[in-house]
Amino acid sequence: MFMRQGGNGLIHSREVLKILIVVLTIMAICVSISAFASETQEVAKETASASTTPWWVWPLALFVVTFILGILAVLGGVGGGVLFVPIIGGFFPFNIDFVRGAGLLVALAGALAAGPGLLRRNLASLRLALPVALIASSAAIVGAMIGLALKPNVVNTLLGATILFIVAIMVTAKKSDFPNVAKPDNLSQSLHIMGIYREESLGKDIEWQVHRTPQGLALFIVIGVMAGMFGLGAGWANVPVLNLLMGAPLKISVATSKFLLSITDTSAAWVYLNQGAVLPMIVVPSIVGIMLGSMVGVKILVKAKPKAIKWMVIWLLLFAGLRALLKGLEIWK
Amino acid sequence: MENKPKASEEQLAYAGVLNIGMWIGLFLLVVTFIVYISGVLPSYVPIEKLSEIPQGSNVPYWGMRAHEFNQAFNVPTGWGWIRLAGKGDYLNFVGIAMLGGLSILCYLVILPILMKKKDTSYVVIATLEVAVLLLAASGILKAGGH
Repeated sequence: MFMRQGGNGLIHSREVLKILIVVLTIMAICVSISAFASETQEVAKETASASTTPWWVWPLALFVVTFILGILAVLGGVGGGVLFVPIIGGFFPFNIDFVRGAGLLVALAGALAAGPGLLRRNLASLRLALPVALIASSAAIVGAMIGLALKPNVVNTLLGATILFIVAIMVTAKKSDFPNVAKPDNLSQSLHIMGIYREESLGKDIEWQVHRTPQGLALFIVIGVMAGMFGLGAGWANVPVLNLLMGAPLKISVATSKFLLSITDTSAAWVYLNQGAVLPMIVVPSIVGIMLGSMVGVKILVKAKPKAIKWMVIWLLLFAGLRALLKGLEIWK
Repeated sequence: MENKPKASEEQLAYAGVLNIGMWIGLFLLVVTFIVYISGVLPSYVPIEKLSEIPQGSNVPYWGMRAHEFNQAFNVPTGWGWIRLAGKGDYLNFVGIAMLGGLSILCYLVILPILMKKKDTSYVVIATLEVAVLLLAASGILKAGGH
């Protein structure tokens, strides 16, 4: 690849190099934060509990990191939660309980912000979302309760394994812009889960319907539990199930998934909030950082190369997933 | 002029309430956070304490498990935060609760529309969802900590 001559080969090499530089820089920032946290904790222990770091350093660092994550999330086509929890949980000195509570609220805020536009444009479908949301939000409550009851090292180990699984899905999963649904199943027919939307790229209206609804709803039980347990947004799972299993067009799947998070994450977030696992000092800078980053990300998206960014996000997630796994196994504390 | 397929009445109603509520919630979140960090209102848990390591521990307060943190500072759980809403830190929960309660409000807005259309299955689904979200928000559900 690097030796290939000709314009396309050289451009490809530069893109790979840029991605590597950005990923390594972000990894270096995260490792530095983690090392700084450990060092200040060591000094604080020795000096009988007084903190050596001004309190505002951590929320400021959080804001900067989540701003970058917000940009990457938009460019990489992932939700904020899936990046937030493993990276903040792995490299900041906050307990995983508070990180998960914040992660759910971050994903919720993003979904609430995007929801109105997606619903009005008829890209997010209420008819598709409501039955799915009922299943997923109920399961998310169970997941949140299980997650808060588990020991942190168990949570980190399972989180790490889940993130690595997500990476595998992102690398291998295909997408189908307009799946062929020959015949809707009985459940989707009785619930009238179908719709029509304007596909601007083709300049025409697309009618859609879904199939395998019972199987999809069963999978949303698992998705809901995982979302609640790990504080992840679950968009990474919603889209493949809606698109590849149930046959909703890709744009409908992505938009409905984003809207769906606003309901699923609400139920889990309340459990964390009521258990005192929400700290404003972590939540607010994170929400503001990710939302501002997302706005910048949308502007950059026009010029960015989606595939290159996607690989950047995949490498970051791989790093963060390994970190969580090794932290849980107490190999990399 | 081309006619684009329109979203349903309940979908537009949901979007409208969601939009207004989301902006109000975010505005409250930012304003109350400024109040918090500026110290205009004293905090229940002093800001400087969050990153401090207590005697006999090897993690800072915000590195502790949630239930340990709550015990250390005698923090109320469930809706007990309302009593502390006059404190800089717990005032932030007003905006957080607003964002958390928005979906419930949206469902309540679309219920009459669905009933008017005699869309029985979705009336049932929406009603059940309101029940699920209210249960989650109620504070009745407890999770054990280690």
